This record gives sequence, structure tokens and C-alpha cells, in this order.
Amino acid sequence: MTATGTTPTELRVDGVTLTAGARHLVRDVSLTARPGETVGLVGPNGSGKSSLLRTVYRVLRPDAGQVRVDGDDAWALPVRQLARTVAAVVQTSAADFDLAVREVVAMGRTPHKGLLAGDTPEDADLVDRALLAVDAVHLADRPFDRLSGGERQRVLIARALAQQPTLLVLDEPTNHLDIRHQLSVLSTLRRLPTTVLLALHDLNLAAYYCDRLYVLHDGRVTASGRPADILTPQLLAEVYGVTAEVATHPRTGAPQVTFLPEEPRS
Amino acid sequence: MIPSVTGTPAERTVRRRKADESGVGRTKWAVTLLVLTALLTVSATAGLAIGSVRVPPGQVWGIVTHALGADWQQPDWSRARETIVVDVRAPRVLLGAVTGAGLAVIGTALQALVRNPLAEPYLLGVSSGASLGAVSVIVFGFTLFGPASLSVAAFVGALGALVLVYATARTGGRITSSRLVLSGVAIAAVLTAVLDLLLLTTGRGNEARAVLAWTLGGLGGVNWGTLWLPSTALLLGVGVLMVQARNLNLLLAGEEAATTMGLDVARFRARLFVLLSLVTGVLVAAAGPIGFVGLMMPHIVRLFVGGDHRRVLPTAALGGAVFLIWADIAARTIAAPMEIPVGVLTALCGGPFFLWLMRRDARRGTDRGVA
Repeated sequence: MTATGTTPTELRVDGVTLTAGARHLVRDVSLTARPGETVGLVGPNGSGKSSLLRTVYRVLRPDAGQVRVDGDDAWALPVRQLARTVAAVVQTSAADFDLAVREVVAMGRTPHKGLLAGDTPEDADLVDRALLAVDAVHLADRPFDRLSGGERQRVLIARALAQQPTLLVLDEPTNHLDIRHQLSVLSTLRRLPTTVLLALHDLNLAAYYCDRLYVLHDGRVTASGRPADILTPQLLAEVYGVTAEVATHPRTGAPQVTFLPEEPRS
Repeated sequence: MIPSVTGTPAERTVRRRKADESGVGRTKWAVTLLVLTALLTVSATAGLAIGSVRVPPGQVWGIVTHALGADWQQPDWSRARETIVVDVRAPRVLLGAVTGAGLAVIGTALQALVRNPLAEPYLLGVSSGASLGAVSVIVFGFTLFGPASLSVAAFVGALGALVLVYATARTGGRITSSRLVLSGVAIAAVLTAVLDLLLLTTGRGNEARAVLAWTLGGLGGVNWGTLWLPSTALLLGVGVLMVQARNLNLLLAGEEAATTMGLDVARFRARLFVLLSLVTGVLVAAAGPIGFVGLMMPHIVRLFVGGDHRRVLPTAALGGAVFLIWADIAARTIAAPMEIPVGVLTALCGGPFFLWLMRRDARRGTDRGVA
């Protein structure tokens, strides 16, 4: 199914700084995702995860630093060309127009299509596979704006898959999903040969599914590395301001974070 | 790329079902187009036949084919009738079709570009801008661009109004329906006031009355010599929009998402704003500001063919043409021999439609938390 026959992308973020007025959203962040890796961004709300992702999928131009996709400056490439390599699932989405789920997923084919080119059987096939990958085949002919939040999220991931990216960027892809679909979506992403960069809220999911994590705090990277190496009670206290225990889960082998309430239950 | 599960029973079912359903969708679309084309033919015939002098449909076709050079019917009609059909009614029917089609595709594209289902050239003050531009030419007598001066000025006015409304309505990268419609209404009100002021203070009384009638929207007064400009504008508009239909679809996903799928949103929108203003300007210069066609047609058409612009655009064009031909027939006949401005009739249909749409969107919006 690697129709483009391309290998996963290497992403290199070099000293990216992003400001909004006087506020620093992202300060001098450097980050690497090696080809095929699944890299997670974690951190409290407002720590700069979404802003950093936006500099990668080319919505917010960094004030300093560079985003390099396979060595090319992402901000110097034509938007369309970048979209053949990098696909994204963004947080904001609204459609007031009556598109069927299949049509929404087919949008992902756009950067690969000439302006007047029709949809080929290969396009239809890619759309089917994308829907299958997120367990949304049964939704194919439903109107997109009638779906539940979780169903929509899966369809948007399918749309990104239909784009055949070699780097997939996702901003909180498990938002609105029930637990079963959180696990199945993350497993799907994990199985992709694609390089994946994603922001996640849930530290345990991040620890289990990501090869490496970057912990953001106030727009800076406070820690990075393999989940087992960096998720420590000290770090969680510093970044999240909470008391937590970290154990190794006996069956998964991944670090397991348990947050402790300030007042012990009597 | 995507995990492949080639040939599992589930997938084979998917493929079979998909093939069936896209087939059905395509058939439904083809049928809609066919029905509309038939309706357009019938409507045009009616437009040529109905009037103070009634011409039987068979004779209409005889006259039309004769005028086109095909003499399969022996002329059994008077010269006067031929003149009425060919020189008086035909340009008017054609202008109606061209204007209706043009307004419908402009409305369709505008709704995608500002990402708002209530967008429409008349409601957004774009038509008022075009009117003001055109009227300035008449009142001040600019003729820099010869016979096209009116259209050029209308284009400039339309573009100015559109940019102004868009800039006013947009806050924090979002346009809410209420802000869009309010700034459209406010800017239209100001432009119309300036226009009225111009007309009242100009020394040319007769001209002012003529212009006042024109600002209500009407298809009279067109002849074969002036038809080429709106027709060319329509073809240009539909052509470019059809080529850009995929990109219009992307905008439905939101600006950020459209960017991630390869669309340079700001540049795309700027270019299409210019195009839409151009077409609006030319149409308004020819037929006056005619409201609500651009609002109603896209929504009605989407009910039948879905939201994909590759289908919506041509279907809306046909629907708009049919609608305006009939609106004009009504305008000429309801109070004959007096003629009602066609813009009055479209507003009579469109106003209630607008209210229905607003309430529907409010209901949907609360369901989905979308402003």
C-alpha cells in the first residue's frame, strides 16, 4: 500500500521560537523524529504543544528557527508539495456543509491530484483502506456533520491517511474518543510505517505508544527521551505540579503513572 | 502506507458497496442535471412565449430555429412576432439565465470562501458596492473604459465592499454568521445611502429616475449588443470555479485543515474574491442588484447532489438560470402592463428562505457547538 513508494520522513525542528504579541508560545525548541518513529509531545495545557505542531504543519510561521522535513525547510516548500509529505489532524474543524464521510476522506487525495483530474479507482481504494484503518467503514455514507465527536475524529484521521503522508502530525487525536477507540487509533498510528508526531494528554497512553517523548513546559522542552527514562515523579512534580508515582507495568513493560491526590483519602 | 488488508471479506464488501453507491450518486447527479437542462429548455421557451403578445411554443421554436438559420419550418408568422421573440424577448431571457446562473455560482463559492452558509453577494453588500460603482459612472459621467465603464466601476465597487465586509467580520481567524450578516447589512446600508444621496443631488432628474428603477434589479433594456459582456463574465467565472472546485471543497474542512492539504488559503481567497467581484460587478451592471438567488440556489442544490463543489457548481448554475427566467416571467406578467422589478420578487422568495436557513443553522449550531 506504499503507493508512493517513499520512505518515512525525518523531521528536525531546530531552535523554533514562536511569539504571539509579547507572549512566547514556543521558546527555542529543538526536536527530532527519526524515520518511522512515533514521537509524543506531552505537557500541561498551554505548554505550547499545539503551537509547536502548527509550525510543523505550516499554519504558524516560526519567528526564529527552522522546521526541516527530510532536510528541506518546510516553510520554503510550496504548500501543496509539503502536503504530499506531511498530513495533519488538527483540533479545530467545523463543516456546515453536507459532505458524506467518504467525500471528507477523499479530500485527502487533493494534493496528489491535478486540478481537473477525476477520482480514480485507486483513490477510492485508498479512501476505503483509510476508513478501514480507523474502523469507520460503516460510516462511509453518513453525513459528516451528523457524526459524534469520536466518529468525526476517526474520519479526520482517515482523511490524513488518505493523503499518504510520510510524516503524520496529530494534535490530541484521542480527544473525544472512548477508550476502545483511543487504543485502536493509537495502535493504528503505531503500525504505520510513517513517522508520527503527536500531542497527547494521557501520559500512560503516551508512555505506551510512543518511542520517545518530549515534555513541554511554558513553551520549552524540559525533558526528552524514552518514556521509561524521563517519566519520573520529580519531572511530573515540576511540570504538572502534582504528586505522582511511576511504576513499570508488569504486563506491558511501559511506565505507568499514578497521580496521587494531595489529601490522602481517609 | 495504510495497513493493507487486501481481500478480506470485509474489504471486499466495502468495495462492492462503495462501487454501488458512488454509482447511485453519480446517476442521481446525472438525472438532476438532465432534469434541470430539460427545465431550462422549457423555461426559456416559456420566457419567449409569454408576454403581452402570446406566441405559441411551437411557433417560438419555429422562429428561433429560423433565426439560427435552420429552415425546417415554413415561416407562418408575422415580422412583428419575429421581432418580439428574437430582438426583444430572447436577449432578456438569455440575460435572465446568465444572471441567475452567475449569481448562483457566486453564492456557492462565496459560502465556501467565507465558510458561512448565509453568504450571498446581495446580503454581504457586494451588490450594493457594485451598484454604487455603476451609479457613480452614470452620475459623474466617467467613460474612461468606453462602453465597459459601467462594469469596470461596478467591479471596483464590488471588490471594495467585499474586502471591507470580510475584514470587518473576521475576528481571530473566525467569521461568525451574526458578525458576517451584520457587517454586510451595515455596509450595504451605508453604500445604499451614499447611492441615494448621489441620485437625489444630481441635477439630471430623468436619469436619476431611470437609475432608481435599475437599482431594484431588472432584466429589461438589454439587447444583443450588450449581452456579450455578462455572458463572457459567466463563462469565465464558472470555468475558473470548476477548475478550483477541489480547492473549494478543502475550505469546507476549515482553514487550517485546508492548509495541511496543500491549499494556500490566503492567496486562494484573495484571487477568488477578485474573480467573484468581477463577475458580480458585470452582472450588477447589466441587471441591477438581484438578491437571494445566490443564497437559495446553492442550498437547494446541496439537498439533491450533496456538498461536493464539482457537482454543486454546475447544478446551481442551471438551477439559478431556471429560477431567474421564471422570476422574470412573473415580473413581466403579474401586474401587466406594469413591470415589477425582478429583484423585488426574488427578495419575496429569498427573505423567508433566509430566515428558515438562519433558524436551521441555529438549531444545528447548538447541537454541535459551532458558532
